[in-house]
Amino acid sequence: MISTQVVVIGGGPGGYAAAFLAADLGLKTALVDPETNPGGVCVWRGCIPSKALLHVARLLGEARHAEALGVTFGEPKIDLAKLRSFKDNVVKRLTGGTGLLAKSRKVQYLQGRGEIVDAHTLTVKLSAGGEETITFEHAIIATGSVPAIPPSLKLDDPRVMDSTSALDLPDIPKTMLVVGGGYIGLELGSVYAALGSAVSVVEMTDGLLPGADRDLVDVLAKSIGTSMKNVWLKTSVTKMTAEAAGIRVTFDGQPEQVFDRVLVAVGRRPNASVPGLDRTKVQLDKRGFILHDEQLRTAEPSIFAIGDVAGEPMLAHKASHEGRTAVEVIAGHKAAFEPKAIPAVVFTDPELAWAGLTEGQALKSGQTVAVAKFPWAASGRALTLDRTDGLTKLIIDPKTERILGVGLVGPGAGELIAEGVLAIEMGANATDLKLSIHPHPTLTETLMESAEVFFGQATHVYKPKRG
Amino acid sequence: MADFTLPELGENIAAGDVLRVLVNPGDTLAKDQPVLELETDKATIEVPSSVAGKIKDIKVKAGDKVKVGQAILSVEDGAAAPSPQAASAPQAPPAQPAAAPKPEPPKPEPVKAAPAPAAESPRPDNVVDISRGTRQAAEQQPSGEPSAPAAPSVRRMARELGVDIDEVAGSGDEGRISIEDVKAHAKRLISSGGAPSGAVAGPRAAAEPLPDFSKWGQIERQPMKGVRRKTAEHLGASWAQVPLVTQYDSADITGFEEIRKRHAKQAAAPGETAPPPLSVTALAVKIAAAALKAFPQFNVSIDMAAEEIIVKKYIHIGVAVDTDRGLLVPVVRDADTKTLLQLSAEISELAAKARARKLTLEEMQGATFSISNLGGIGGTSFTPLVNSPEVAILGISRGRMEPVYKDGQFIPRLMLPLSLSYDHRAIDGADGARFIRWVAEVFEQPFLLSLQT
Repeated sequence: MISTQVVVIGGGPGGYAAAFLAADLGLKTALVDPETNPGGVCVWRGCIPSKALLHVARLLGEARHAEALGVTFGEPKIDLAKLRSFKDNVVKRLTGGTGLLAKSRKVQYLQGRGEIVDAHTLTVKLSAGGEETITFEHAIIATGSVPAIPPSLKLDDPRVMDSTSALDLPDIPKTMLVVGGGYIGLELGSVYAALGSAVSVVEMTDGLLPGADRDLVDVLAKSIGTSMKNVWLKTSVTKMTAEAAGIRVTFDGQPEQVFDRVLVAVGRRPNASVPGLDRTKVQLDKRGFILHDEQLRTAEPSIFAIGDVAGEPMLAHKASHEGRTAVEVIAGHKAAFEPKAIPAVVFTDPELAWAGLTEGQALKSGQTVAVAKFPWAASGRALTLDRTDGLTKLIIDPKTERILGVGLVGPGAGELIAEGVLAIEMGANATDLKLSIHPHPTLTETLMESAEVFFGQATHVYKPKRG
Repeated sequence: MADFTLPELGENIAAGDVLRVLVNPGDTLAKDQPVLELETDKATIEVPSSVAGKIKDIKVKAGDKVKVGQAILSVEDGAAAPSPQAASAPQAPPAQPAAAPKPEPPKPEPVKAAPAPAAESPRPDNVVDISRGTRQAAEQQPSGEPSAPAAPSVRRMARELGVDIDEVAGSGDEGRISIEDVKAHAKRLISSGGAPSGAVAGPRAAAEPLPDFSKWGQIERQPMKGVRRKTAEHLGASWAQVPLVTQYDSADITGFEEIRKRHAKQAAAPGETAPPPLSVTALAVKIAAAALKAFPQFNVSIDMAAEEIIVKKYIHIGVAVDTDRGLLVPVVRDADTKTLLQLSAEISELAAKARARKLTLEEMQGATFSISNLGGIGGTSFTPLVNSPEVAILGISRGRMEPVYKDGQFIPRLMLPLSLSYDHRAIDGADGARFIRWVAEVFEQPFLLSLQT
């Protein structure tokens, strides 16, 4: 029997950030998760291992690209076991670290699965056997999300993978079909394509990466068009059958084909299947997200919900921020989740990133915005990288000249976007960005020069403003 | 055509400043729909309409001063079909940081996006009431207007203070809001008695939960309104904000008492219109006015937000009056220019008006110093509370005969207990002692007035 002030159910980047902050604020804290150490999907089988593989994919791409610059390498030899262990070691080091951090903070880590008894009691079926009862003042549900597999794509065959099994890198298939043109499909598809698979991407809607601005996606689509064998838009999979030679897939709009492997990456769904949740006042919305207020509190006052299970966007950094906010509320602070920008990054090559308002959202809502774009062909740094395909754009309120959104595509966009987030959060205007000296020659200059474009004064773009 | 005029708002509210107009020409107005946000001395109130119909014409705008009975808007009779313009009438602008107007720089052509389909619901309010139930799972939504230009640290501070960041006027470039702006706004809200809005309850709501008193006997809950509520809010804020020091002293008024009695007898002389009786309060006002001239640092207000001291070149003295509705403080203007007899007459008149509920708002505004005389009731001494934004107040208790040791013997003297409370932010302790000593000495020898002022 454990009595604690805060129990966090789920040890992902939202859950462990919450638990750690709770401990730092002096609250007695327990963290429940089925894994040996905190980390969740992100660290164990999501963001982190995929980025380790994408790093390798980038190396392969750059080595190939070097030929155009006068350096020719031989064909790469891929030691799959070694590559897997590189990736596994990254995960091991990181989860070892979070485990140690939990211990140093005296967060009581219970490896197991929780079941809610009532608004103040949880029982945990421990992985090591036995059961532990926890009474708590506050609980934070941070159970994340799971890959969504529509019934039509369910096939009990190891050659049909979800993101988790794809990250295991069982082999390098000759041919592979990625179902879903979202970020997960494109990232993992890129890994397999770089390792040598002939990858086809099939997407039901008329564009890759729904939600991102089309001009950014167009840049990525061009690159994907060469690295992938096929990109089929407005096409859906109607049937999959397992055959000895592979998975036979029939499409609506394409002739049927046999693939060595199929990756289903059509999305993720919230994991609110915490047993006993129905014994509380916690409510779910139609899509299965836990309903909560601005302070992350559910309809059950002692229970909070954060991260993927608490709503879109399902992103680790949003979960961490929500987790920390919920804990501040529990600790008595008047905090609320009120970011002005949640960055989104697609770690393909080129990377694509955005934060705040997108041009597409402005179009949809009818909001009048000004858009300033700086093509990387005008960036000295991009030229030295022989990567002039990038684009930086600012979404600006024409009245106040405030930066409302930032969009980027190009190598390193995922790092560059952080400046955009800061600008939006600080309420910076285009002049602020223009007057902040950016180091030369770097890709960060594209943000400054976009702001200059807004005033029709970019050093490296001649685009005088009419009127 | 029907006009809507500012109705009687009760509690002596004769006028107010329009903070916001909540409706637009062309809107269809329902009865009891809020029309104006009005700031009065007592509180900020929403004024509901007493008429219904399509608004033809709005006759006031934000910043206007309106009086009871003044026309606010006119409506067309009958339910006319909304005209096409009505649909495109601009929405009342939300409270926006006051950005300094500046020349428009050249800009790229804004993307004028097609209006959203009519069926789409309006975007949610900026403030989500977190104290009530649940809301939809968070989705990233584009907000129509750019939100207040404030850094996350500033937004957090606003939340902690219970201030709606969208209502704070920024003092920085382009109306950017600083932590100081938020603090100043919170302070203004408190001193104006306006309830801090926003998602989280404000500082005044931080009161401890009350026990269930009915457990121990019968109780009755009465609404706290009008003067009582205003007094509670104002003095609560004053107490919370002002580092208060009280300096005690007593004045020998034996001499003044003789003059007063003689004057009263004179008043009784037949065939003449009786001059007003001399009162201790009138003398206190006279002396305080002279003291404020001698000690101008007591005739100030402090503006913490601007880090400035506001020195007033006029001397208006508030006189606390006990009425059946509670404490009211009418103000004697330019007290330093009036004779003792004039002051006596004016104070009795103001007190009578206060008790008859006839004081106007103007008559209760603008004091630079206050006097509270509880001597008529009794007591040996008390700590008056500074009526901020004034910085000092003089309290007077009942004078009594006391043995005073003088020239080797105890002699009976009429001693008047005085207490001076002051805002220690503006006034140092030594000055406080000097001020009250000065006042006491002049009480003892009122002719000093003619010497020193």
